[in-house]
Amino acid sequence: MTASLSDRRGFLASAAGLAGTALTGCIGQSASSSDTVTLGVLEDRSGNFALVGDPKHKASMLAIEEINADGGINGKEIEVFDPDPQSDNQRYQELTRRAIGQKNVDALWAGYSSATREAIRPIIDREDQLYFYTTQYEGGVCDKNVFAVGPTARQQLGIVLPYLVDEYGPNIYTIAADYNFGQLSADWVKVLAKENGAEVINEEFIPLSNSQFGSTINRIQEADPDFVMSMLVGANHTSFYEQKASAGLEVPIGTSTAMAQGYEHLRLDPPAMANVYAGVNYMEEVPTKRNTEDGGFVDRYFEKFPDAPYLNEEAENNYFSIYMYKRAVEQAGTTDQEEVKAALESGITYPAPEAPEGEEIRLDGATHHVDHHMWVMKADEKHNVEAVANRVIPETFLSETVGCNLPKEAEETQYTPQDFYEEAG
Amino acid sequence: MVNGLNLLFQFLDSFAFIVLAAAGLAIIFGIMGVINLAHGEFIMVGAYATTLANVRLGLPLPVAMLAGVLVSAVFGLVVERVIISGAVPNAVSRRTLGRDIVEPLYDRLADSMVATWGLSLIMVQGVRLTLGNSLDQIGTPLGKLAYGGFSYPTYRVLLAGVAVCVLALTYYVFTRTEYGMRARATIQNKPIASALGVDTERTYMTTFAIGSGVAGLTGALYAPTITMVPSLGGAFLVEAFVAVVVGGPSVVLGTALAGGLLGSINALISNLVGTFFGRIALLVTAILMIRFLPEGITGYVEHVRERRKEGA
Repeated sequence: MTASLSDRRGFLASAAGLAGTALTGCIGQSASSSDTVTLGVLEDRSGNFALVGDPKHKASMLAIEEINADGGINGKEIEVFDPDPQSDNQRYQELTRRAIGQKNVDALWAGYSSATREAIRPIIDREDQLYFYTTQYEGGVCDKNVFAVGPTARQQLGIVLPYLVDEYGPNIYTIAADYNFGQLSADWVKVLAKENGAEVINEEFIPLSNSQFGSTINRIQEADPDFVMSMLVGANHTSFYEQKASAGLEVPIGTSTAMAQGYEHLRLDPPAMANVYAGVNYMEEVPTKRNTEDGGFVDRYFEKFPDAPYLNEEAENNYFSIYMYKRAVEQAGTTDQEEVKAALESGITYPAPEAPEGEEIRLDGATHHVDHHMWVMKADEKHNVEAVANRVIPETFLSETVGCNLPKEAEETQYTPQDFYEEAG
Repeated sequence: MVNGLNLLFQFLDSFAFIVLAAAGLAIIFGIMGVINLAHGEFIMVGAYATTLANVRLGLPLPVAMLAGVLVSAVFGLVVERVIISGAVPNAVSRRTLGRDIVEPLYDRLADSMVATWGLSLIMVQGVRLTLGNSLDQIGTPLGKLAYGGFSYPTYRVLLAGVAVCVLALTYYVFTRTEYGMRARATIQNKPIASALGVDTERTYMTTFAIGSGVAGLTGALYAPTITMVPSLGGAFLVEAFVAVVVGGPSVVLGTALAGGLLGSINALISNLVGTFFGRIALLVTAILMIRFLPEGITGYVEHVRERRKEGA
């Protein structure tokens, strides 16, 4: 009873807040050009995504603390609005409305899963709110208000799949989570297989509620592929790695989801993750100077959060994108959201921890995606992780295949590979 | 192409999972009339206690598993005293207010559902707050069985044997011991049982502790094979409830038959078509059973027997 009452009150309050902004648009902006910058950070610290969402929240706080200690953005201190959305999409919607309507956030970081992003994107677009989505994802979002700064499936699979084809051979077996992200990622495996002269000999989609992999493992053994591409998601699916190791399945596995987000190589007993190759833009073990040197990214993170278990891929994305936002505001000379978006579209760069010394990663203005420095990270028998390949991979699906050019043509669309490739779907 | 050994191992694996997932729930529901929606969390307590005892205290795995069972049995005892029977809050309120404030939840199906659901939410979040989002996991012991181009983890095949033992032991305890007789008497007719000198309070308490201890055993046994997160109990819940519904009123026979039926359907369809359809087949079977055998397999058997008697 109390819960539904407070929900209703929360809803009323945010509705009132929305009405307020609509009436007083200009006043809202003058409020934001006062002496602080307000950033909304909605990241999960409880519920299903807490394991992977918590590092995003922590790294955001690190970036904000560093910037404030260094004099803020254009001399203005950053204020944070960061309630816990508890991995609940309805709560995300309510908090997004509150962030925009009541808190007048100048920019918003929010959401782990694609489902969350799609749940709040209509609200973002209605209000033309500057929004950063930082999780690695299936790709294809071409939206004038959304800066999807995490790597896409084309970038992650695009570094690890060709490497494994070279190393082990052309026969691929795909296992993927049975929902939007997994299905689209499996389509990308097929597209990339064709581009690299390889072939997907079988694929299986696993329901998210499934935690028993006996028959899946037997089927992989029967097909005897050169390597497996695994886009499994969530705690239930993590059990696959332990189960395949105890069954003695020793086939190499490429992945865009394991290790870099949920640090399975630290949580599971070796050799569960032996011979797993992750295609990522960042994980704690990425061997760049900025990341590993004394006083580098890893040092600063664990100094602020000594009890944190891991520094994951999405944490770095939150971190560098807050700095990119800072650069854009400084370039625009204002926190006015349309002007900041224009500044971000001008090709902002940043020396992110993922990039080697002397290199900066670049935000592509046309597509609002990032040309990431991508890594293939391999775990060995003892779960030591080493980098075996790396290079810059631009996000070419939106720029070349779709032709997304947001400064020229404002859109709010998500494109899928089925629309453009015969072999997908 | 069907490989016989693959199919056999997948069946044993699936059978063990369903039987072990359902056993503790079947005892608490079948004998005490409490729908325990925190059943998954009782399993989680067993799994966490086992993992912590093994990884942090360095106990050997079998000892750690025993610790897991004991911890969850004691935990079940506390839950029974505080929430299900309300004995502890009532003792306090009798002293301060002079009356009881909690009505026991036995045989109050809907009420027990709400109370235990709340308990499960508190437990998942409580563990998340105190022990973090995950624990380091134990590796699966005992290696693999290799045959042709295939292999299967030995440990998971052995679990089927353990499942049968759990069923046999439960059967023995509830039919061949004095405690078992008292427990059945209490559930059949509480006033008469207590008039005949059975301490019904104590019987309830013991039965609930046994049920949660069995749930804890499931957690302990699966701890080396699944990911240690606070919400891990959820993975067992669907199989557990489906098995109890399909099995019907007889705890041991019902659970065994449900495990056999659902396990073979799940294994066969998973093997022939895929994991996704294996799960669908499991749920479709449950729907059909609820529609055509609402009393479950053992309820139907009972029904047929009664009819025969009447006919004779």
